Amino acid sequence: MIEVKNIRKGFGDKVVINDVSAVFQTGKCNLIIGTSGSGKTVLMKCLVGLFEPDSGEICYDGQNFSEMSGEQRKELRRSIGMLFQGSALFDSMTVEQNVMFPLDMFTKDSYAEKLKRVNEVLARVNLKDANKKFPAEISGGMKKRVGIARAIVLNPKYLFCDEPNSGLDPQTSLLIDKLIKEITTEFNITTVVNTHDMNSVMEIGDNIIYMYQGLKEWEGSNKEIIFSKSQRLNDFIFASEFLQEAKEMRILEMKGKIDKDGNIK
Amino acid sequence: MSFFTEFGRYLLMLKGMFSRPENGKMYWKEFMHQCSELGIGSLGIVVIISVFMGAVSTLQTAYQLVSPFIPLSTIAQIVRDTVILEFSPTLVCIVLAGVVGSKIASELGNMRVSEQIDALEIMGINTKTYLILPKLLAAIVVIPMLVVISGCLGIWGGRLAGTLTGILSGAAFDKGLHQYFKPYNVFFALAKAYTFAFIISSIPAYYGYYVQGGALEIGRASTRSVVVSCILVLFADYLLAALLLPSAGS
Repeated sequence: MIEVKNIRKGFGDKVVINDVSAVFQTGKCNLIIGTSGSGKTVLMKCLVGLFEPDSGEICYDGQNFSEMSGEQRKELRRSIGMLFQGSALFDSMTVEQNVMFPLDMFTKDSYAEKLKRVNEVLARVNLKDANKKFPAEISGGMKKRVGIARAIVLNPKYLFCDEPNSGLDPQTSLLIDKLIKEITTEFNITTVVNTHDMNSVMEIGDNIIYMYQGLKEWEGSNKEIIFSKSQRLNDFIFASEFLQEAKEMRILEMKGKIDKDGNIK
Repeated sequence: MSFFTEFGRYLLMLKGMFSRPENGKMYWKEFMHQCSELGIGSLGIVVIISVFMGAVSTLQTAYQLVSPFIPLSTIAQIVRDTVILEFSPTLVCIVLAGVVGSKIASELGNMRVSEQIDALEIMGINTKTYLILPKLLAAIVVIPMLVVISGCLGIWGGRLAGTLTGILSGAAFDKGLHQYFKPYNVFFALAKAYTFAFIISSIPAYYGYYVQGGALEIGRASTRSVVVSCILVLFADYLLAALLLPSAGS
């Protein structure tokens, strides 16, 4: 579990995150959503320690991240996996070398053992016959899956995904979402996903935080979001007329007034 | 950003490089990789520059030494000393500042922009130690070797040009090479080579590591790193000459 208490972060005079508190639960997909510039990426970078918050606390299973020494942080980071928006794969390495890199760096396993583990995680993300390919030779969806494989190869306790669906087609996006959800449940890890993808919100959002101009505007689950009274959240999630109509139909369906085919009862 | 802020950040970057490696074997592998990249990768250009540099030195020295009272072997002495004292360490390092410097700056800049450095940080790896230190050490090991190779090839190029054009015979050149040779000059050349190696690896590493933005900024950082490295090489060249050459300092 990751607990964020009254976190605040600014750059110069501009406050990007203002007094945000939240709890990211273990075994659940915790989503941070919001428009571009709402502070969600900065919040995630504060969570993983790439940015130092100006004030507030971040606790990983009760351990205060801000009070940890350099070595303690290093130790903690070994239990963190992260999928980056652009996948952040090492260009000069093959898929296999990319996934094996954390094992090379932090384990004393033999090459055969490491290769076995690499093949296991690549199979887990449904990626076969790509071991010897370079990142430039594979598609965006495959890169994301390699990124996930690299993030989970050391069995992390915490998984962070920064806009995992950006630049992907809807079908591949759903596959990535499904994969993140499965991995979270299967390994019982704390997953934090930073997204503005509507499908992700509805499919995997066990716990959703909506950020607006650096503030936490709303918090709830994907079941609750549909009934949210926050106008800003509604405008963000159900941005088009089509989505507004779909939302109303869903509400009626949930209230039992129409059947699944949209016929009035 | 002011000069002092940049200089302070540069010093902090250097300080940040010295931490315990997470896995010595991986760091050694990276060091060897960098030695190969910087050394083998620059060998071709160093060979070409050195041979022509020596050859041109011979022709131009012969052109200026018109007095019949000066023996022809003096040409070899002048070529030898200019190649060892100045051309090989300084000229080669200025060229390497372009070749090696732009490579280091753009490689690190690209890693920064594409979040590869962030990915390493999150894994718990000290990126300054893993990415910068091997490059710096490799440059310090390899560049003096390239300077020595350049010196030998420069002198050989000078001899070749002298004999091919008939300015002086091979025997006269060899005689001149051995006359008044000061081993201290080799020490001075190596002192310059080590200093320049540090400059042309750490300055581009600084500009590449702290790049912000996209492809355009990587290009700018790369250009800036080469310009600053070249200026610092020339500045250090003067400083070392003033400090280490006894007659120049007095």
